[in-house]
Parts: sequence; structure tokens; C-alpha cells
Amino acid sequence: MKKLINDPRSVVDETVQGFGLAHAGLVSVSTDPLFISRQDVPVAGKVGLVSGGGSGHEPLHAGYVGLGMLDAAVPGAVFTSPTPDQILPATLAVDSGAGVVHIVKNYTGDVLNFETAAELAEAEGVSVRTVLVNDDVAVEDSLYTAGRRGVGGTVLVEKIAGAAAQRGDDLEAVAAIAERVNANVRTMGVALAACTVPHAGTPGFDLAEDEIEIGIGIHGEPGRHRIPMESADAITDRLLGPVLADLKVSSGDKVLLFVNGMGGTPLSELYIVYRRAAQIVADAGATVERSLVGNYITSLEMQGCSISVLRLDDELTALWDAPVHTAALRWGV
Amino acid sequence: MVLDVNWTVKWLTLCAQAMAEHRLELIELDRAIGDSDHGENMDRGFQAVLAKLDEDMPETPGAALKMTAMTLMSKVGGAAGPLYGTAFLRAATAVGDAIEVEPAAWAGALAAARDGIVARGKAEPGDKTMVDAWTPAVDAARVVADGGSPDVLDVLVAAAEAAEAGAVATDPLVARKGRASYLGERSAGHRDPGAVSTALILRAAVGAAA
Repeated sequence: MKKLINDPRSVVDETVQGFGLAHAGLVSVSTDPLFISRQDVPVAGKVGLVSGGGSGHEPLHAGYVGLGMLDAAVPGAVFTSPTPDQILPATLAVDSGAGVVHIVKNYTGDVLNFETAAELAEAEGVSVRTVLVNDDVAVEDSLYTAGRRGVGGTVLVEKIAGAAAQRGDDLEAVAAIAERVNANVRTMGVALAACTVPHAGTPGFDLAEDEIEIGIGIHGEPGRHRIPMESADAITDRLLGPVLADLKVSSGDKVLLFVNGMGGTPLSELYIVYRRAAQIVADAGATVERSLVGNYITSLEMQGCSISVLRLDDELTALWDAPVHTAALRWGV
Repeated sequence: MVLDVNWTVKWLTLCAQAMAEHRLELIELDRAIGDSDHGENMDRGFQAVLAKLDEDMPETPGAALKMTAMTLMSKVGGAAGPLYGTAFLRAATAVGDAIEVEPAAWAGALAAARDGIVARGKAEPGDKTMVDAWTPAVDAARVVADGGSPDVLDVLVAAAEAAEAGAVATDPLVARKGRASYLGERSAGHRDPGAVSTALILRAAVGAAA
């Protein structure tokens, strides 16, 4: 394993230190307990947005802290959810009195830790609404699993709910917008090669040279099946088919098409995937109103990508277009 | 042999030793069906418990268990942090401020711990989780504790042996909760890391009484 690190145990701390230095004008870093917040929190009258989760998915979530998106991000150890003693102070720090929305990816650890922190925050008089993101269509049987995972759709939920909070929506309204995005987004991913968690030192799963895993999760959780390597177009068909079917995309729909890199795949390959994905959406009679291509929710150096489709309406499109100023997404300001 | 605060502190110290010794084994088990972090997280959590014991020696078993609960909840992360945190918190509440915990009360504390884990994690026996180690341990401890003039060491041994057998028995199960559930049928043939760490904790309780 070759990694640009100093010590496996200090990876998260040193990442956050570097992030804080690089974006000093944008964010403040609390080192103990560890969380990243907007420079100007709490923003008077605004609903606070807090997200978090295991590290290793950068730029998620710290990269989305700033105007028009998150008020705070709480990083856990690599692929491990953060703890209530981080989530609670982050929640208290961003609350202006208007309440706080927790955006939580649906993983057992994240749900339990955010649930505990929300209870503690409520006990301190802060209203918290929790929105679970579970957009991964690769998980077919939610009844016999921990349920669908939160993956690529998380970025879109954070952007659009962040814009709703920024324009002054109240707590219930911001939570409702976040729920609406989650209800209208579906994602599926593929891994061509596994990633290595620094403290583990060996790849999280084993894929042969000519094998790929269709439906991979962002921590290398397995998906629907493992198949021999195929062309980019064939893989794109395999990912997008179930996404469009599950979302019931039909003629006349307007969508946001999001091709996300897992960290170890070059942008050129993501555009090759996007090219095919856009064709398939057009063939279904839908219109790609907005697009996003790049590494926005990664799995360390995993090779692969995910494709998300969000069904848009005029309000969601306007909120997507609203100004945002974060380390990883910036437009309109 | 009595379950007093000295036993509790020794137990927690042996837990920390066990997690450090089995760190790589737990990481490897978790790599197979989870995300490779269980050994790292448990080791970090119990090292933090040791540090707390250094700072401030608790006066009762209940106080030691409560301190452990808060530390694990704040240091472990993942699902294991809230689950073990809840377990130790419920056990602390069950033993109250007793100076010495009687065998029956300890069996009750184990049951309270298991019930806390089930309430938080919503897992049932057979889901291939730590509940599959806790539940047989609770049952075995209760059988011994309800017998005539039970010896507390026998209660601890019964719980540890049942937890170890329960962990082994997770091998053929298909996971229905936690991250391993995404593997479906492919989770069979692997031992659940949470069940193994539970067995380590309950085995350390025996070591502390020996």
C-alpha cells in the first residue's frame, strides 16, 4: 500500500487541518470535538444544516460547508460514523434558534449516532429534524437488510436543502425539501478496483483483474452482482437501467444527471459514461435539465463511478441554480 | 470472589487488553463482511476507557460501567459505539449504586445490556449481529444464577462460554442487519465481528474474577 500519509491514525485530523488552512476564509475548524463549520455560524434566522459521516468520501461533507449548503460537517474516522460528542456541539454551534436539519446517509452507525445526538440536542432545547438519504437502488431487498444506502443523492440533497435554508425556509419546509429530493433521486454505482482503508492496510474487498462489482456501495459494500469487465457503454446501461426503472422516469420528465467518480477514475472516463447516460435519458424521452460530472462523493482511491438521476420540478431546479459557495461547489457568487 | 469495583476495573482493563490483542483479527473479520473498522474502533474506545480510569477511579461497579458507556459512545463511532454504549449504560442502571453485585443481579444486568442493544439496533437473534452472542450469554447466566447458591464465577463462565459458542454459531447465518446485510447470501461462511467482540468482553469478565 502506497499512500500520501504520515500515520494511519492521524489521517482524518491532518486532512481536516489541511482543509481548514486551504479554505480559511470559508470555514472554521473545531479540533476537539472535531467538526467543520461555516465562518459565520450561527446565521441569524436561518435553519442550520448539519451532515456528517465517515471520512474517505471527500469532498463530502466538509467540502460542502458554506453559503447555500451546509452549516457544519462532522467527520468520523475513515468509513466510520462520527460520534454524538461531535455531532451535538456542531448542532448547537449552528442553531440560530430556527432549528437544525440533520442530513444522514442511511447506514446503521450514522443513524444510531445522529439519533443519539438529536435526542441530546432536543434535551438542550434545539429542534432537530432528521432526513435520511437512501437513494441506492442496488439494495433490492430493504426488508432483509439495513435498507437502501445513502450514496450520490446525498450531494444533491445537501445542495438543494441548503438553498432552501439560505432563502429563509423554516425548519419543517427545509426538511420537506430534503425529503422531496431524496424521494426523487436514485443512484447505482460500479467498482472496477477496491480501495484500501489506511489503518487496515489491505484492500476492502478482492476483485480480480477482469472483474467489476455492479451496485457497489461507497464503503465497498457489495452490490447486485460481480461480472466480467465490459465496455463503458455496457456498464452505463447496467447502472442506469435500474435507476430509471426504479425512479419510473417517463417521457417528458426533466432530470438532473449526475455522474460521480469514486476517487480513482479519471474525469475523461466519467465523461465517456456521461455521454452514454445522456443518450439513454434522451431515448427515454426525458430531458437533462442540469448535469454534474466529477468526484463529489468518493471512496478513497476506489476505481469506479456512480450515476444518479434526480427528477426535477421548477422549484428544485431553482434551488439547484441558487448561489452556492463551498470548497467543492461554487456558482452564482 | 465478589463483583466489586476492583473486579469491574480489572474487567475493563482486560477488555482493553483483549481489544488491542485482537484488533487485527476483528479488522480482518470486518473486512470480510463489513468495512474493516471494528477492531480499530473497539481498540480506540477501550484505550480511552483506560485513560479515563487513570484520571478518575470510580467508586462503585455502576459508576465504572456508566463511565465506560459514555466513553464508548463518544469514542468508538460506527454502530458499535452507540450499541456498546447503550449496553454498558443499561447494565450500570441495573446494578445501581451497589458496592457488590450479587450473581442474580449480574445476570439481570447482562439481560438489561442485551435489551438495550436490541432496542437501539433493532436486531433479533439470528440476524448475524452481536445479539447472537449476547442472547445465549444472558440465558446461560440466568440459568446458573437461578440455581441453588450460585457462585458468581460460574455465572461469568457460563456467559462467556455461551457468547463464544454464539459467535461461532454466526458463521452460517445470512446477515439481516448492519453493513454485512448488503452481502445477502454472501455473508454466510463468515463470523460476525460484533459477536466476537462481545465474546471477548464477556471472557475478560471471567479473567478479572480468576
